[in-house]
Amino acid sequence: MPLVEFRDVSYEVGGRQILSDVNFTVEAGETLVLLGRSGSGKTTALKMTNGMLFPTRGEVRVEGKSTREWDPIRLKRRIGYVIQEVGLFPHFTVERNVGLVPTLDGRSADDVAQRVQRLLDEMGLPAAEFRGRYPRQLSGGQRQRVGVARALAADPPLLLFDEPFGALDPVTRVELQRQFLDLRRNLQKTSIFVTHDVREALRLGTRIGLLTRGRLEVSADPQEFRNAKTEEALAFLGSLD
Amino acid sequence: MRPDLVNDLLQLTGEHLVLVLSAMAMAMLIGVPLGIVLTRRAQLQRWLLGFASVMQTIPSLALFGFLIPIPFIGGIGKRTVIIALVMYALLPILRNTFVGIASVDAAVCESAVAMGMTSGQMLRQVQLPLAAPTILAGIRVATVTTIGTATIAAAIGGGGLGVFIFRGVASVDSAQILAGAVPAALMALAADGGLGWVERKLSRA
Repeated sequence: MPLVEFRDVSYEVGGRQILSDVNFTVEAGETLVLLGRSGSGKTTALKMTNGMLFPTRGEVRVEGKSTREWDPIRLKRRIGYVIQEVGLFPHFTVERNVGLVPTLDGRSADDVAQRVQRLLDEMGLPAAEFRGRYPRQLSGGQRQRVGVARALAADPPLLLFDEPFGALDPVTRVELQRQFLDLRRNLQKTSIFVTHDVREALRLGTRIGLLTRGRLEVSADPQEFRNAKTEEALAFLGSLD
Repeated sequence: MRPDLVNDLLQLTGEHLVLVLSAMAMAMLIGVPLGIVLTRRAQLQRWLLGFASVMQTIPSLALFGFLIPIPFIGGIGKRTVIIALVMYALLPILRNTFVGIASVDAAVCESAVAMGMTSGQMLRQVQLPLAAPTILAGIRVATVTTIGTATIAAAIGGGGLGVFIFRGVASVDSAQILAGAVPAALMALAADGGLGWVERKLSRA
């Protein structure tokens, strides 16, 4: 059973068609990168996966169950979400930010503190130094690492990334991409990753889904994607050199 | 200082404090929850904020006058005064609660939803703490205004420092006017300074 399945998903808001008949599945262990320009519907697709939005036609199934049948709070806590730039709570320390979901789930303070420590250390942010800081006292790259640690804190089987590295300088971006690959190797997580950067898509994806004006135009592994001949795929590949 | 004034001063300052504190407590108990409701019920915004603004435009002496003949809430005395003071204090508290919560960064709220917070958790853990400095600024403005407006309470038998002022005006006795005005001004300054300090503490956290 695929972890995530989009079945003929369409989404329309205010007479505007954001997604049209999108079909794909994500198997355990995969990283599906949704690639597309701004406004192509990729973030909308992401938000449908954890029930922040619901399809106007078709359905999204997570672990075999339609997102409409899931308890909305349970579904969101079962899926880690990394948001572009400012998703951290500015008035929470790093420790409280990272420990948020396990705390909401009623885990003991000791258990949460241990997880936070382990995750921060894994993300290369020594807990002793960073746990008491506020997000504004961190660099962009550090904030994003905290965001990833927060998404991992409840040990969810699925992670969603919404252009998480978009606002970082190129060096930090490559560092974080490398860390993402390490994490995948070590933790065997499944992810859906949204980006408009074809280089990032090729580097991180086990599969790439190209969205053009709400349609899934190409769905291929990185090798096949390099040879894709659709107009939009060529436009993206052309930006490589 | 005249001994009769000193005695009166203590009593009237106490009365004044009671008027201000009860009115502010009620205004906060009504204004903050109502401000929260406004952020979730857009169609109420115009009505409630409009009502509160209109209340503020009515000259305070006139508002006291209007309230006197109304059964249950009206009449001569402290109750009427407190109700009028609450109506004045409501707008800044209501508006600042609403604005404070509405201006919490949308990305932060979205992230709270994405983390699986219930709307109650989001309100208590995210929106209220982030809006706290703004809400407190509204409470501070309301408190300072209420301390001043409460001096008019004496006109309808509500007591407080206004008793000195009205008495002084009637008998052309500047000492009495000052005995009412100076403590009221000091009280306002103290409230402004104290709440301002808390506000700065909150916005730094």
